[in-house]
Amino acid sequence: MSIIIQIPTPLRRFTGESGEVSVDATTVGEALLRLVETHPDLRPHLYANDGKLRTFVNVFKNDEDVRFLEKDATSVAPGDRLTIIPSIAGGSRRDRTSR
Amino acid sequence: MTAATLPESRATLPDLSAEEIRRYSRHLILPEVGTVGQRKLKAAKVLLVGTGGLGSPSGMYLAAAGVGTIGVVDFDVVDASNLHRQLLYGMRDIGRPKLEAAAARLHDINPNVRVVPHAVRLDSSNALDVLRDYDIVVDGTDNFPTRYLVNDACVLLGKPNVYGSIFRFEGQVSVFWGAKGPCYRCLFAEPPPPGLVPSCAEGGVLGVLPGIIGCLQANEAIKLIVGAGDPMIGRLLLFDALRLSFRELKLRKNPECPICSEHPTQTELVDYYEFCGVPTPEEAEQGDAEIDVTVQQLAGWLRRGDAVTVVDVRTDQEREIATIDGALHIPVQEIERRLGELDQAHRVVLFCHHGPRSTRATHLLRGAGFPKAYNLKGGIDEWSVAVDASVTRY
Repeated sequence: MSIIIQIPTPLRRFTGESGEVSVDATTVGEALLRLVETHPDLRPHLYANDGKLRTFVNVFKNDEDVRFLEKDATSVAPGDRLTIIPSIAGGSRRDRTSR
Repeated sequence: MTAATLPESRATLPDLSAEEIRRYSRHLILPEVGTVGQRKLKAAKVLLVGTGGLGSPSGMYLAAAGVGTIGVVDFDVVDASNLHRQLLYGMRDIGRPKLEAAAARLHDINPNVRVVPHAVRLDSSNALDVLRDYDIVVDGTDNFPTRYLVNDACVLLGKPNVYGSIFRFEGQVSVFWGAKGPCYRCLFAEPPPPGLVPSCAEGGVLGVLPGIIGCLQANEAIKLIVGAGDPMIGRLLLFDALRLSFRELKLRKNPECPICSEHPTQTELVDYYEFCGVPTPEEAEQGDAEIDVTVQQLAGWLRRGDAVTVVDVRTDQEREIATIDGALHIPVQEIERRLGELDQAHRVVLFCHHGPRSTRATHLLRGAGFPKAYNLKGGIDEWSVAVDASVTRY
């Protein structure tokens, strides 16, 4: 069952610049595992060393945050779209805090 | 819905002058705004945090719309690299404090607006005092510590935070208002580790993108003031400029949110640099004596013919603009798996545009058994300023 995962711009450098990745999965957790199997450089950015999803990684199934559904166990069906929502901070000036 | 912090009674709203009535006539004939809405705009006090890419369009439209008081927080000066997106400024403003140039431009658009400058770097010691006098905060900052600071201060003061953020071709908009819905922390409980998300200075941004996102922020602020339409509370708008697509996601209040839930674990502002794991601006300015070398030191080593490998950790696009002759190119994200190309016995000097990426890469090398790994302080920009003027600055 093929579903689409949308990759936000800051993470595209780990997916060969591709903005959408198609995977076969029945749950959100499974879909993300397929994603990092295909693009291993993504793994450290999505998962902590203990194998849990990192707290700053937000995943939405269609327009709903999976944290308020059944998290990793949330079921997915063909046609569903998963979106990883990035933290981005850009706005105005040069980033003074990390110069 | 009307912002709770805004004056609502018709009796207390300021009147419009004949000039204002003529100026705002296209607003006044809109049933959703009308005379009362325009008087609400005149009474409203909006704070712009940051007067750069996002603050430029939001500030100009809010001034044009007749928002009576616009506070502006900034401490930067106008740089040539601002002009591709920060339309508050022009050539004559280069080198001028942004606050001064912004106030002049906003006054020129609408002299009825009172512009209140706050020439401070917003931090935990001053944020509550600066924000307290305003009805609405428009967040157009560029870094995670200030984002969390603005959110938490808004939650503690009960004020709406009109959020906009951009990266490359991608933008986000929402209204975070802890008193009525989710806050920024309900969505982004913790910041990403330093370095994962490059800043716009490192990653680039399409000039028109902050124009689009900043206008959407102005739209949300105006809706909150006049009480028209559906504010973006509990919704996150994602904009992709390359596809030209808008998507909307539902946001929920996190019942365990440390700051806006019913039983918050945090009831005051904290140290947001520490929270985000980044150095304070002062620390970043000073650099890290342990790992830094100056451009003069490197120039001396190279002149003497010392064994030193110079590594450029920037992107291909940046190398097309300017390079340092003889440098080995290893993009920062590839350093870890290309350690084998470097010699642990020799000095390795890493550089990027200004220093943050090469600082991270240097720490990584030091941790991986390269005791002679150094960061070029000030990056290729400083190299151009102090050593080789033929290297193009960007």
